[in-house]
Amino acid sequence: MSNAKDWPLWEVFVRGKQGLSHKHVGSLRAPDAQLAIENARDVYTRRSEGISIWVVESNNLVASDPQDSDAFFEPSESKVYRHPTFYDVPDGISHM
Amino acid sequence: MNSLFEYILRISDDSLILGQRLAEWCGHGPVLEEDIALTNISLDLIGQATNFFNYAAVVENAGRDADQLAFLRIDREYKNTVLVEQPNGDFGDTMVRQFLFDAFRKLFLERLQHSKDEQLAAIAEKSLKETRYHLKHSSEWVIRLGDGTEESHNRVQNSLNILWRYRTELFYMDSVDAELIQQGIGIDLNTFRNEYDTFVSSILEEATLTPPANNWSFGEGRIGKHSEHLGHLLAEMQYMQRTYPNMEW
Repeated sequence: MSNAKDWPLWEVFVRGKQGLSHKHVGSLRAPDAQLAIENARDVYTRRSEGISIWVVESNNLVASDPQDSDAFFEPSESKVYRHPTFYDVPDGISHM
Repeated sequence: MNSLFEYILRISDDSLILGQRLAEWCGHGPVLEEDIALTNISLDLIGQATNFFNYAAVVENAGRDADQLAFLRIDREYKNTVLVEQPNGDFGDTMVRQFLFDAFRKLFLERLQHSKDEQLAAIAEKSLKETRYHLKHSSEWVIRLGDGTEESHNRVQNSLNILWRYRTELFYMDSVDAELIQQGIGIDLNTFRNEYDTFVSSILEEATLTPPANNWSFGEGRIGKHSEHLGHLLAEMQYMQRTYPNMEW
């Protein structure tokens, strides 16, 4: 750990409260997993933002390729029937 | 002399002076993440000092408030250990200083939270959660620096060689302590000296660091005799209140 720029990058996920899922909040550098958790605690939860933290080394994330985005995401745009918008909601139903 | 007042000052001055030292890292941390960690710990310590000073002001009952106690005493009136006023040095120096202090402070607060003095017990209980984290953080770093590269090992070993002599003062006791121990308010520091030594040794062993063989012991801060470093620290810390008395911001 001679130099900070040798430290791997970590993605940080914080659970805001019970019942919510962990949400990506940002990234940071740390020499290992334990210090990544501690750094995440100091950088991302110092104003009571969370009750649980996950960190994962950014190298270990597998992401979709932006070049594939046409093939990946466009086909769903023309399929409006996948959204439940063809139902009449009865008057008495709220929060829909 | 009001023994309880004196006793509280010894606790709060350790927090205040170490908090001020760590604040000097603000904007100078080795990496952004650690810069934030150091200043978080600094703020925790200054927060703890505020609670202790507020109570000390009540105990003294002489019209001084927490700010006056923190900012308007002269150096000989500060009762912190000489360890916490030592300069930041490099990151390894700061972490060894922090580790030697945190290990003591955690064991001390664990006992103080059962003090017969309810106010002290309450502040101790609240501070303890923060201090447990501080100790975890400083221990992790001592281990990583010691068991890191040859460069980090040699430098942090050197930090330990210099700072080791100041740890014994943490266990200083005199008639102030005796009186408060008798009342069930103060803590007999000898009751956890072995636990402290064992814990510190276990971390140093994991860090592949060796404590100096000498038995040098230094520091009489508890009776107001400080190293040359405290005056400089106070000059900076007190500047605003000395130059613009009673200013608030």
